[in-house]
Amino acid sequence: MNWGVDRVTVAFGDTIALDEVSVELDRGEIAVVVGGDGAGKTTLCRTIVGLEQVTSGETSRPSRTCFQPETSGVWADLTVVENLEFVAGGYGLDTAHTRSRIDELLEVTGLRSASDRLGRQLSGGMRQKLGVAMAVLSEPDLLVLDEPTTGLDPVSRLELWSFINRSALEGRGVLISTTYVDEAERADTVVALDEGRVLATGSVESIVQSMPGRLFTADEKKGLTSWHRGHAWRVWSPDGAEVPNATETQPDLADVVTVAAIDREVGQ
Amino acid sequence: MIDAAGLTKRFDDVVAVDELSFTVGPGEIVGLLGANGAGKTTAMKMTLGLLTPTSGRVAIDGLAIRDVDRRVMGYVPQGLGLYGDLTVAENVAFVASAFGVSPPSLDEDGLGAIANRRIDEISLGLRRRVAFLVARCHEPSVLILDEPTSGVGPLGRARLWETIHETAAGGAAVLVSTHHMDEAEECDRVVLMASGRAVMTGAVNEIVARFTTVAIASDLTDTQLRGLRDAGGTVLVGHPGWRIIGVDIAEVCDVLGTPEGVVATPSSFEEAFVALAT
Repeated sequence: MNWGVDRVTVAFGDTIALDEVSVELDRGEIAVVVGGDGAGKTTLCRTIVGLEQVTSGETSRPSRTCFQPETSGVWADLTVVENLEFVAGGYGLDTAHTRSRIDELLEVTGLRSASDRLGRQLSGGMRQKLGVAMAVLSEPDLLVLDEPTTGLDPVSRLELWSFINRSALEGRGVLISTTYVDEAERADTVVALDEGRVLATGSVESIVQSMPGRLFTADEKKGLTSWHRGHAWRVWSPDGAEVPNATETQPDLADVVTVAAIDREVGQ
Repeated sequence: MIDAAGLTKRFDDVVAVDELSFTVGPGEIVGLLGANGAGKTTAMKMTLGLLTPTSGRVAIDGLAIRDVDRRVMGYVPQGLGLYGDLTVAENVAFVASAFGVSPPSLDEDGLGAIANRRIDEISLGLRRRVAFLVARCHEPSVLILDEPTSGVGPLGRARLWETIHETAAGGAAVLVSTHHMDEAEECDRVVLMASGRAVMTGAVNEIVARFTTVAIASDLTDTQLRGLRDAGGTVLVGHPGWRIIGVDIAEVCDVLGTPEGVVATPSSFEEAFVALAT
């Protein structure tokens, strides 16, 4: 295993928060953990960075690992620059290096014009970008970001992803959790979680190719294995049988993750 | 139906919404999209009659908003507006009695099994379903939803959208505020807002299809990066390569001095949004 978790189970009392979950990534790679509320995303992030005790399984991370929690970790009463300087002080970075690194991060995050603004005065997008900048300040090998794009508008989300891609380009492994499948399309590795269990995992291509049965598009709902998407219905045929009055369609990642959730729901 | 015409709202010197016009017909789902601070919330509050426009008007089914019986409207705010210390059944019964209607069947909506659970004990996905049921219990002809599926997994999101489409199919006009492609593509039309104004209206797929983003596979020098920005482009780091928005491929090739590794690709939803909003 490179970095990540291997068949990890985490329990809180009687509740299994993660059930035999694996995810692996290396330098320069982006892994995305996708799932809804209560899927286990935060527990997985916290487990990878060593904040949760595992019941079973293995974890691996480099010594230089940084974590940005969902709340962004920005101090409301410090300015943008003070937040960065405070974190740099915590890492014991030398003054000259800190100054040039902060200067560089203000530039690439577009936060220079807001450098004297207090944390509480920042927009959601600015706050998240500052949170990620604080996390990469010490130049970690692995960066773990818990739902950094939640609540962000499309412009801020794109800017944040550009910054995340830059971090991977610089050779960092980046693991991000999100509730949105379209963000997972950008990843080298995807893990879709539901109630602590893996719905689908692998590269986007391998997940899409692994879908059992066939997928169709129809004008009306056709039973429990259909769902609304866009302006039509998707119909999953688990055994690959033809669906009347429907057109076969190539699934994408969102389709396959939904199929996996339906498969679990119907099987329960 | 909702008919908003020339809506403007000023807060002192700040124009939050500027001459915004849109309609949502019966059975139609319209998305309101915009960056944070673009004026979506102000526009929704004016549509709900909670904020008086500086100028312009909102009419519901032909009636000025101040004369509209609020019972024709259903609203699901981002915070959902449920009582955390009441059970699911108590929340539904309370709101139904406020509207003077019988509580809807929880079993029909698949919520029977959690009828006696407190709201703050159930998952966000279930809370959203309860909020939807509460907002629709009086069969409103206008339904307004603020980020309706935020935080919900893919299947939960699909099931919530089934409910929204069913409500629209029953004749309601549905206005949705959203940030995400997953939700925007469910709408019949979207109104893209920037700096308080509507910058484009249409089906999301049609809007996205109008834009291309130039992808560059090779590394860029500082001079090339500066050149692309000076040409008016938004330069983003891809995974891998670079993505350039707002500059056509010929101009990109001019700046780079070569067409090698440069291709025009379909824009993502976010990229089209950036092209429009910046």
